[in-house]
Amino acid sequence: MTLQAHIDPHWRDVGAVTDIPERGARRVATAQGDVAVFRTGDGQVFALVDRCPHKRGPLSQGIVHGHGVTCPLHSWVIDLATGQPTGADAGKGCAPVVPVLVRDGRVLLAQPVMAD
Amino acid sequence: MTKERLVVIGNGMAGCRAVEEVLKRDPARYDVTIFGAEPRVNYNRIMLSPVLAGEKTFDDIVINDEAWYRDNAITLHAGRAIKAVDIEGRKVIAEGGLEVGYDKLILATGSDPFRLPLPGSDLQGVVTFRDLDDVEAMVEASGKPNARAVVIGGGLLGLEAAYGLARRGMAATVVHLMDVLMERQLDESAGYLLREALAERGVETVLGAHSEEIVGRDGKVAGLKLKDGRVLPCDLLVMAVGIRPNAALAKAAGLQVNRGVIVDDAMRASDPAVFAVGECVEHRGNCYGLVAPIWDMCRVLAEALTDGEGAYAGSVLSTRLKVSGVDVFSAGKFAGGEGCEDIVFRDAARGVYKRVVIEGGKVAGAVLFGDAADGGWYFDLMRAGTDVAEIRETLIFGQAITEGLSGLDPSAAVAAMLDTQEICGCNGVCKGAITGAITTQGLTTLDDVRAVTKASASCGSCTPLVEQVIRLTLGDGFKAQAGPKPMCKCTHHPHGDVRKAIVEFELKSMPAVFQAMEWTTPDGCASCRPALNYYLLCAWPGEYVDDSQSRFINERVHANIQKDGTYSVVPRMWGGMTSPAELRAIADVADKYAIPAVKVTGGQRIDLLGVRKDDLPAVWADLNAAGMVSGHAYAKGLRTVKTCVGSDWCRFGTQDSTGLGIKLEKFMWGSWAPAKVKLAVSGCPRNCAESTCKDIGVICVDSGYEIHVGGAAGLHIQGTQLLTKVPTENEAIAVIAAVMQMYREGGWYLERIYKWMARVGLDTIRAATVDDLDSRATLYARFVVSQETAQIDPWAERATGGVAAGEFAPMATLPLEMAAK
Repeated sequence: MTLQAHIDPHWRDVGAVTDIPERGARRVATAQGDVAVFRTGDGQVFALVDRCPHKRGPLSQGIVHGHGVTCPLHSWVIDLATGQPTGADAGKGCAPVVPVLVRDGRVLLAQPVMAD
Repeated sequence: MTKERLVVIGNGMAGCRAVEEVLKRDPARYDVTIFGAEPRVNYNRIMLSPVLAGEKTFDDIVINDEAWYRDNAITLHAGRAIKAVDIEGRKVIAEGGLEVGYDKLILATGSDPFRLPLPGSDLQGVVTFRDLDDVEAMVEASGKPNARAVVIGGGLLGLEAAYGLARRGMAATVVHLMDVLMERQLDESAGYLLREALAERGVETVLGAHSEEIVGRDGKVAGLKLKDGRVLPCDLLVMAVGIRPNAALAKAAGLQVNRGVIVDDAMRASDPAVFAVGECVEHRGNCYGLVAPIWDMCRVLAEALTDGEGAYAGSVLSTRLKVSGVDVFSAGKFAGGEGCEDIVFRDAARGVYKRVVIEGGKVAGAVLFGDAADGGWYFDLMRAGTDVAEIRETLIFGQAITEGLSGLDPSAAVAAMLDTQEICGCNGVCKGAITGAITTQGLTTLDDVRAVTKASASCGSCTPLVEQVIRLTLGDGFKAQAGPKPMCKCTHHPHGDVRKAIVEFELKSMPAVFQAMEWTTPDGCASCRPALNYYLLCAWPGEYVDDSQSRFINERVHANIQKDGTYSVVPRMWGGMTSPAELRAIADVADKYAIPAVKVTGGQRIDLLGVRKDDLPAVWADLNAAGMVSGHAYAKGLRTVKTCVGSDWCRFGTQDSTGLGIKLEKFMWGSWAPAKVKLAVSGCPRNCAESTCKDIGVICVDSGYEIHVGGAAGLHIQGTQLLTKVPTENEAIAVIAAVMQMYREGGWYLERIYKWMARVGLDTIRAATVDDLDSRATLYARFVVSQETAQIDPWAERATGGVAAGEFAPMATLPLEMAAK
């Protein structure tokens, strides 16, 4: 168990920032479904429930650009910070944001909240 | 009244500035004694770079000469390091035993360069870049003929060292751990431009490089060995990987020390008579290595020492530097962040890149490259927290334009321009030239004005301005015109221009295209990135490294994503032929991985549907073991060659259509294209392989092979057109490869062959691939070259774990007991 996880039981160490490709994403499997963890071109890390609000496409498989991801199924663009669709699809639901922290190069994920 | 005794440890920039600030406030209060470890007067350490480069001498960079110490009655002990501080007895003990008592003490011990603990770091010729002695050692090393230097560290200090050494005639190489130079100050785009600028000035850079060992010969440095096995030979090795606050003396004295000497907002250390200032300080958890915050600290400290008021609240940082004429500025959240938006401006002709980051309606950061004149303005806006919503439209163009236009709507501003004022900088066209041409020649559209005056015909960034001028001149007579559609919202350039520029200006990376074509986003979007990745791959085969993060998911994982997030897998079956062994292997794979659906496709393949992503590598490994490779059913590239059984079996078959199909597929598989490419070969005009609705189709006849192009049977139904008829199989293959290459080089991303053909014309295609034999041969040759690096089975690469190992497995799995509350 890592030090962080020991100090704060609500944060889960899911790996190093460098495990996520730049402008890319990885999945974290949880008992309640996948969480998508993104790393943007400017080095920020975001996490969303891995499910597009449109037709449940896996956002972790999309193309990451700026602070957005384009869903692989129907090209909705989701804002990584808010989980909200942008552009023409704004306001149509959201992919719940999963709190994420980067500490000493490690990615810490809060216990995911999956709203069904 | 006897004066109080002020002792300063450190004769550097911070120590002396602190004394200056105290003298300014109360010149008579203290008897000042300064101890310096270096045997010289106070000089400007920042200017060591120009001294190294030979642009300045030591005398030029002295801040306070001996007269200053004399005139202010300051006792200077230069070259005399302090060994200890006696906090209880309020005295310092210098080298050689000299003891000096104090009423107030300032610690200004600065920082030490960090030395990487590499094997060989004690060899002769390994130096840091901190003081004049280091510079002298470097200058001496650079004097030897053909001397080579390696600098570890691509931060500000390392780059200045390398640039200085290059100016002295050394071959200098910077080795940097990260993928971006000066990554703490620059974003990727600016880092790329800096790298290019350094290369022009003779400084090579090796990025993403892990140093392993300093190689020596006869006790002297001979080279740097990297983890990947490369050895960079050198006669001088400069370590410029960072600095650490020098707090050893304070620690030994019993003062509170963390990374640096801990001070409060009045710059007071944990003893009330002791203060600290400069790089040795840790204030609210921050250590500073730049000059501006140090000046701030000195002012606060001087207030505290003269009973004034003042508190240091930390500094907002900005960096401004010049690498041989290139201005660079960065401040704040230059790389954006959560809730930030970017405004990006690029001027390819001037090598300028600007990015201003806005957060909550205020400037949160900026990075400027090539033109940093407005750095101070952005920095002021940022520190003042000014609401910039009103000036957002013109913010990126700088202070002069923004303030010049403030209160005016854009058209009023254009109306107010004089006829002699320049509109188009690229072609030197003034407003009067445009209005004149419109009235005398009756121009009504942007294209007309472009053609006649050349205004906005080059970089295009003044297009909105030119449109304003036309609108003002013609009123309602102006016909807004779209012109060629831009690739996407990141750029005003259409696909064709971008493709042309990639080849013409030898743009070989995505940042190079972003800069040259003036992208308005930092890293493109999901629409332009895949297109650019393909264009670069096509233009520079074997040279450009494919960017998997710019691939649509199907091409990134070499399988087709399905609506439920599972994938489908289609192994290649050459010309649609298969065998009992292959079918058995496919059946076994379907059983083993519980693949829910197996289907025959329209392209004569077998599709395994519903494969879990985690299983893909293992599925591929099993298919590979049976001799099958990826069918590229997901590719913007060659998909399938469909055939009929031809003369082998069919009583009507005129040629070996199956054999030709297999040959074509074995030759062309793996090639990427603007969009999917499907081929078919039919053995007779009955056309059982449906050649006339394929991108390229062959119909065999008794006398040879008809080659048809431009069919489609998808969103649009489109019959092919006959390109030509050739007598031999080999010629058919040559023509088809030439057509494919011409399309690869000229098609726009996602533009199928039929659309490309409608745009360029069948006659043009025929001229280049049929009539002109030289042209056909060179197209064919280029296709062959590109296939050399394209025909690697992506499944095998991934099944063996060598490529994209992290792509398929989850990053982590949180077990039930941890995930449940």
